[in-house]
Amino acid sequence: MRMFRTLRTAFRALRRNTLRAALTTLGIVIGIAAVIAMMEIGNGSSSAIRRTIESMGANILLIMPGQAASGGVSFGAGSIMTLTAADAEAVARDCPALGVVAPVVRVRTQVVYGHNNWVPMSIYGTTPDFLEVRDWTNLDEGGPFSEQDVRNASKVCLLGQTLVRELFAGESPVGKEVRVQSVSFKVVGVLSRKGANMMGQDQDDILLAPWTTIKYRVSGTSATTVNQSASSASSTVNSLNQLYPGAAGGLYPVPSTTQAADTPLPVRFANVDQLMAAANSQEEIPAAIEQMTDVLHERHRIKPGQPDDFIIRDMTEMTKALSSTTVLMTKLLLCVAMISLVVGGVGIMNIMLVSVTERTREIGLRMAVGARPRDILRQFLVEAVVLCLAGGTMGIGLGRASSLMVTAFLKWPTEASVPAIVAAVFVSAAVGMTFGFYPAWKASRLDPIEALRYE
Amino acid sequence: MELMKITDVYKTYDLGDIKVPVLKGVSLTIATGEMVALMGVSGSGKSTLMNILGCLDRPTSGSYWLDGQEVSALSIDKRALVRNAKIGFVFQSFNLLARTSALENVAMPLSYTAVDMSEREGRKRAAEMLKRMGLGDRMDHEPSQLSGGQQQRVAIARALVNHPPLLLADEPTGNLDSRTSQEVLQMFQQLNTAEGITVILVTHDPDVARHAKRVIHIKDGVIEADAAAAAVLAGAHAGGAQP
Repeated sequence: MRMFRTLRTAFRALRRNTLRAALTTLGIVIGIAAVIAMMEIGNGSSSAIRRTIESMGANILLIMPGQAASGGVSFGAGSIMTLTAADAEAVARDCPALGVVAPVVRVRTQVVYGHNNWVPMSIYGTTPDFLEVRDWTNLDEGGPFSEQDVRNASKVCLLGQTLVRELFAGESPVGKEVRVQSVSFKVVGVLSRKGANMMGQDQDDILLAPWTTIKYRVSGTSATTVNQSASSASSTVNSLNQLYPGAAGGLYPVPSTTQAADTPLPVRFANVDQLMAAANSQEEIPAAIEQMTDVLHERHRIKPGQPDDFIIRDMTEMTKALSSTTVLMTKLLLCVAMISLVVGGVGIMNIMLVSVTERTREIGLRMAVGARPRDILRQFLVEAVVLCLAGGTMGIGLGRASSLMVTAFLKWPTEASVPAIVAAVFVSAAVGMTFGFYPAWKASRLDPIEALRYE
Repeated sequence: MELMKITDVYKTYDLGDIKVPVLKGVSLTIATGEMVALMGVSGSGKSTLMNILGCLDRPTSGSYWLDGQEVSALSIDKRALVRNAKIGFVFQSFNLLARTSALENVAMPLSYTAVDMSEREGRKRAAEMLKRMGLGDRMDHEPSQLSGGQQQRVAIARALVNHPPLLLADEPTGNLDSRTSQEVLQMFQQLNTAEGITVILVTHDPDVARHAKRVIHIKDGVIEADAAAAAVLAGAHAGGAQP
C-alpha cells in the first residue's frame, strides 16, 4: 500500500518533467538495448558455430579396443579384439546421452574401376548409422545402403568425392561396379564433399560399405590386427612369432590340411575395429562417456579395479578451442554494452542530482509536513528505479527490434534469450538503485529549515 | 489547558570558532485555543524560536512540551511524526508543489501519516478541506492557475488536512496584497474561534499581529513583552516613538 503510494508519487514527479525524464532514460534505453542485441547476436552466432562444430564431428566419441601387452611390451590400440557390432547395438540402446552408434571395420587396400586404381585413405565397413554419426546424411547422388545390406553382407558401397574424381573422371559412379581386392562392389551413392579435417586429412578419400561385407569378404580379419609378422609367417620363417601373439594361431589348434578342407572354419569373429558414436550434444559428452563405460563394463564383465579393455576418446580440445572463441566474443561485446549501461547510469545520477537541487524546497516542505528522511530517500530512489525500469523496458523492446533488423538485413543469426531479458530488468533496476542512491541520500540529509529557505 | 510549554530554552549556533547565542533563555506557555502573534525584527531570534516550536529544530538546552509530550529530545524521525500529526505549517511563499493539482497538494501530508489511509479517503478529506476554504470549484487547478490568496488558502487547507491542534504561520501575508491579507487573517481568526485551533502567527508587521489576541515580542533572544495584543502593540508603538 505504502509502496504503491510511493510509486504513484514517483510517477507524478516524473510526469512533471516528461521530456527530461525521457531524455534521462535514453542512456539506459541505449545501454539495455545494446546488451540485449549483443546477447542475441552472440547467442545466435555461437549456436551457429556450435552447429558447424557439430557437423565437423566435435561431439563424436571414438571407442577403440584396448591394448594388449605382453612382457611389458604394449602392442598399441586395437591389438586385442574386444569390441563387437553387438556392443554397438547395446551402447546405442542403453545410453540415453548417445544419439547413434556405428561400428567400424577398417581396411586399407586398392580400389579398381576400369583401368583406374586408387588406394583410398580409408575403407570403412560400417552401418547406415555412420552417416548420421558423421552428419553426412546428404548424399550427392544415390542413396545410402540399408540395414538389410549389412545383414546380408551385400556388396554395395558409397564413394567419397576424391575417390570418384580419381576413378571415374567425370562419369556418374552410381550403379557402376568397383573392385576392392578382387571383390566387386556396386556403387549405390556418392557422399557429399567434406574437405580436409582439422588435422589436414582428406575426409573425402573414403569408401563406405556394410561392415559385414568388408569384414567377411574383403579383409577376412580385422585390419589393425593384421600383424605383419603373423601374415608373413606362412611364407617366411620368423622366429619371433613364438614370442608375440600372432593372428588366430595361439587361440585355436592348427587344423590339419584334411581337417581344413573338410570343415570350413565355422567360427566367425564378430569383432570390429572401433565404434563411432555421436553424443546428442556437446554438453552431454561427459554423460555419454560415463554411460558407455558402464554398459561396456557390464558387457565385457570387467570388475571394478580391473583395467578397461577399451578406450573412449572425444574431441574435447577441438570443441573447447572453437566454442571458447565465441564465448570470448560474446563476453567482449557484453563488456562494451555494460560500459554504455554505466554511462547511462551516470546520466541518471546526474539528472537526479539536478532534480534534488531543483526540488530542495519541495523536499523541505515534505519534511515540514512530516516526511522522515527515509521517506525522502525512498521517494527519490523509487523515482530513479522507475526511470531505469522504464528505460530498461524500452531498451528490451529496442534491443529485440534491432536484433530482428540485424537478422533481416545483415542475415546474421540471432537468438532471443530469455535470461538476457530477465537480467536486463534486474540490471536496470540495479543501475537505478546504485546511481539513484547518492542523490536520494543527499536529498534525505537536507535540513528542512535550510531547504525551506532555499531559493 | 496548556498546549505547549517551553522552559528556559537556549539555542546556540556553533560556527566553529565562535558560538552565536540566538535564544537566551526563553520560557513560554501557550494554551489550547489561543491566537498568538510572535513578533520581532529580523535577527531577533524569532525564526529560530518558530523552528523550535515547529519541531524543525532542537533547542541546545531547555525543554519543550507539546500536547503533553516532551519533544525537544526526540529523534529526527519521531519529530517528523509529531510535525505530521500535531502541527500545520503555513509559509510566506505558499510552497505548493508546482504542476500538481490543489487537491493533490492538500492530500500530500496524508501520505506521511503513520496511520495508513486509503487513497480515496485521503482525497475525500482533502476535498472537504478545500471546500471549507471556499475552493470547492478549484480542486483540479494547479498553483499557477490560482491567485495568491487562493494559493495561500490551498496551503492552509494542506496545513489542516491532518487536523492538527496547532497552526504555525510564518509571515502568511508577506506575499499578499492588503485585501487578500485581510481575508487570510480573517480565516485564521475564524479557524481559531470556530474550531478552537491554536494559531501562532510569526510576523514583523503590527497590522498582522493586531489580529491576534496575544502578542509575544522577541528581541535579542529573549521575550521582551508578552501581553494582550492591544497593550503590547501600543507599547511597541510608544517604544518606537521614543528614541
